[in-house]
Amino acid sequence: MLAPGTRIKVRDDWPEARGPCHIRTPHFLRGKAGTVLRHLGDFPNPEDLAFARPAARLPLYHVRFDPATIWPDSRAGDEIVVELFGPWLVAA
Amino acid sequence: MTALTDIDGDRLLAALRTLLAAKGIASPEEIAERIAITDAASPALGAKLVARAWCDDAFRARLLADGTRAAEEAGIVMRGAPPLGVMECTPSVHTLIVCTLCSCYPRAVLGYPPFWYKSAAYRARAVRDPRGLLAEFGTVLPEATRIRVIDSTADYRWMVLPLRPAGTEGWAEDRLAAIVRAGDMIGVTQVRA
Repeated sequence: MLAPGTRIKVRDDWPEARGPCHIRTPHFLRGKAGTVLRHLGDFPNPEDLAFARPAARLPLYHVRFDPATIWPDSRAGDEIVVELFGPWLVAA
Repeated sequence: MTALTDIDGDRLLAALRTLLAAKGIASPEEIAERIAITDAASPALGAKLVARAWCDDAFRARLLADGTRAAEEAGIVMRGAPPLGVMECTPSVHTLIVCTLCSCYPRAVLGYPPFWYKSAAYRARAVRDPRGLLAEFGTVLPEATRIRVIDSTADYRWMVLPLRPAGTEGWAEDRLAAIVRAGDMIGVTQVRA
C-alpha cells in the first residue's frame, strides 16, 4: 500500500500498441511523476473486467500531478487529480 | 458476418435483454428498476446535498468524507451506483470534474450528463486549458485562485461542492437548493444568488 505523500511515476507503458486492451490510465500521464493523495479502496482490475476475465482487486489511489510537468505553459499551483491503479505506479 | 454496429439497435437491445435474463445476470424487473432509478435522478438531488452541506457543518464533513453514505442519509438511492466522491471548492481552490477517458459522471446525484460533458473538446480542454474552458462558460476566477481538475478515470464518480454565494445568508435549504445547477456541481460554473 502506498502512503499519502509518496512520490510515484506512472509507468511509461503502451499496451494499446500490443493489441486489444482496456486501459484506465490516461495517455497524457504515462511516464509522468505525481504524488499519492490517498488510497480510495480496492476495485476489480478493469483491464480484465472488460474482457470478462477473472479480475483481481487492485488498490486504487488518488494521485496529484502538477500540470506544468505535463504542459509547460500550465499555471503554477494548479493540479490534476486522477484515480490510478497500483500496478501503474512505480517509484519516482 | 454482420458487424454489431450494423445491427438495428432495438433488435440488438432485445437480444441482449433476452440473454441477460436467460443467463440469470439481470431479470427484466431488475433492468426496469435500474432504468427507473436512472431516469428519476436529476441535478435536484445533488443540489439538495449541496444546500444541506451549506447549512449543516457536520453533514458537510460527512459528505466530503463519504459521498455515498451522506447521499443515502439524505434519502438518495445509491444502491448499485459507483462510489460517490465529493470535492469542495474553497475561496483559494476551484474544483472542476472531467472524465478524459470517456464520460464517467455521478448520475445517481446529477442524472444524465449535459451533452458537452462527453465531447472530445470538453474532455481535452478541461485538463489542458481549464481557464480558457471556464471562460467559455462565463466563469472567470480571481487571479490568485488555483484550479484542481479531477479526472474521473476509474471506479469513483465525483461531484463538486460549490462555494455558497454571498447574499444567501439565512436562506432555507429549499431556497438554496433551487439556485444550484448541474454546471455548478461539475465546476464549469459557480452558484449565483
